[in-house]
Amino acid sequence: MNIIAQHGDIIVIMACVFGFFMAWGVGANDVANAMGTSVGSKALTLKQAIMIAIVFEFAGAYLAGGAVTATIRKGIIDPSILSGTPELLIFGMMSALLAAAIWLLVATFFGWPVSTTHSIVGAIVGFAAVGISPDAVNWAKVAKIVASWVVSPVTAGFIAFFLFRTVQRLVLDTKNPFENAQKYVPFYIYLVGFIISMVTFTKGLKHIGLDLSFGNSALISVGVGFLTMIIGKIMLSRIKEDKEADKDYHFTSVEKVFGVLMMFTACAMAFAHGSNDVANAVGPIAAIVGIVNAGGEVLQETVMPSWILILGGTGIVAGLVMYGHKVIATVGQNITELTPSRGFAATLAAATTVVVASGTGLPISTTHTLVGAVLGVGLARGLAALNLKVIGTIFVSWVVTLPAGAGLSIIFFFMFKGMFS
Amino acid sequence: MVSTNPFTQMFARSPFKPMQEHIAKAQQCAEQLVPFFEASFADDWEKAEKYQLIIADLEHEADDIKKEIRQSLPSGLFLPVPRTDLLNLLRMQDKIANTAKDISGIMLGRKMSIPTLIQNEMIEFVKAAVKTSEQALTALNELDELIAAGFRGREVQVVEALIDKLDDLEHKTDNLERHLRHSLFKVEKELDPIDAIFLYKVISWIGDLADRAQDVGGRLQLLLAR
Repeated sequence: MNIIAQHGDIIVIMACVFGFFMAWGVGANDVANAMGTSVGSKALTLKQAIMIAIVFEFAGAYLAGGAVTATIRKGIIDPSILSGTPELLIFGMMSALLAAAIWLLVATFFGWPVSTTHSIVGAIVGFAAVGISPDAVNWAKVAKIVASWVVSPVTAGFIAFFLFRTVQRLVLDTKNPFENAQKYVPFYIYLVGFIISMVTFTKGLKHIGLDLSFGNSALISVGVGFLTMIIGKIMLSRIKEDKEADKDYHFTSVEKVFGVLMMFTACAMAFAHGSNDVANAVGPIAAIVGIVNAGGEVLQETVMPSWILILGGTGIVAGLVMYGHKVIATVGQNITELTPSRGFAATLAAATTVVVASGTGLPISTTHTLVGAVLGVGLARGLAALNLKVIGTIFVSWVVTLPAGAGLSIIFFFMFKGMFS
Repeated sequence: MVSTNPFTQMFARSPFKPMQEHIAKAQQCAEQLVPFFEASFADDWEKAEKYQLIIADLEHEADDIKKEIRQSLPSGLFLPVPRTDLLNLLRMQDKIANTAKDISGIMLGRKMSIPTLIQNEMIEFVKAAVKTSEQALTALNELDELIAAGFRGREVQVVEALIDKLDDLEHKTDNLERHLRHSLFKVEKELDPIDAIFLYKVISWIGDLADRAQDVGGRLQLLLAR
């Protein structure tokens, strides 16, 4: 108790620094995959992609980042077990943040593909199970999270498969693909607006003082869907068929129409990414701040202050502006194969999956979800060549990242414990 | 660092663009046969040699593309069509270039002059064969559209129509070959027997060129039928 009273401010400041650093890392590295699809398909210029990412990553983090943050903060560990020793939870969350951040640095340095989500979840489970007691971990919740890591790419794959099949059936396989693209793309745009706002409104805007019933949320979402559709229609009306360019590749004009759609899915993707990944950075801060503010009480019910989400959102944007733009450009150059008609199917599928996971409070990997979505497009026989070895790489990254994050956080945990007591 | 990003890593280099480049090279090879034959009619073997060199160079370039495609198709790759079918198609495409090189090679080596009486029919025959392989190229150019459409629906019909036309062209070439053989038969007594034998051989190889082009169409059709 004394520790919290004495060092409360320092602890909170340290936590914010570590958390901001984590968020910076998310912005610098992870945003690239979410936005790279739009840059690679030339639906957006690099500058536009960064502008969209700044606005929608922040919006996603602030508006829809609450549920996953709550999971990281108090879902994985059962705080009631720690009510007598709140300082252990503080040390633990500090070590988890530090462990995940250092592990990400090391992995980035060596070029290993690791996910922020897996690092932080592994780190939290590690300190709790070893540093405190295996009973402190809510294993049922952990099992659910781990299952979601498998389920989310598969779900995104299914959605992407069906979305792309509808594109093939309604547009590409028809006599007048351009006319049909102009006809059907507005509906897809509607879908983007509707899904994102539906999940956001139903799952949580309580922290900004908006508590809507399901019916109201649905109504507002329909409205948002129509609004995006109208904006989309205006943008679409400027796209004209270029018969000359179509001679070489018959779908050149059609892809331009899908390029407009891709702008909307890019917004959705950035929003989804912000809503899920911000928690990796700010979840631990929220836990620490909660305890310190309550004067050492481990409270289950405390409402998380929204400045924490803003801090996380700002960190992501900072990482994006300072370093992430380079990574987006590189990713974009590598995936030119993903034309707007394919890219939209993949990103919308991934964005939907991620945003639903965010709403349910499940921390998942956006990158792995995107990989699943792209495979879905491939299964619709829509892509030239996919390297299936990445699936193996993904499994290896789980197997390595979880124990690495856990091991590091255990070391830091005992270090902090020794330092402060 | 980015090379280990699973998301960018999953996009392997597409073999389809190189496939199109390869058949375009093979077609360039075949096209050179027309000026080559015209030079041989004029008994201008210096000029003919120039065209033969171009053909050999183009064939070599096609070979390089072929090797590159084969190397970029490891078995772990997920393709919209079976990998073996694609490799078979590539083999057929390559034969177009090889046949063109063989024809020009043997004619130059033996300085084979074509009897004046059948020259007109001969050049018509060569042009028909080249047109057949050109149709194979046209069909192959639809590959990227086929991928976008998932090898289904309307685009398949478009390609099938192109393949039908390819078959017609091959059939036409066959007819010309028959007539040409007949004309040669009428004048063969006046020729040196060995020259006559080789002339028949060259005619049959030009027919092969059209056949290989038709085979390309056949393999392409296999990609569609699934």
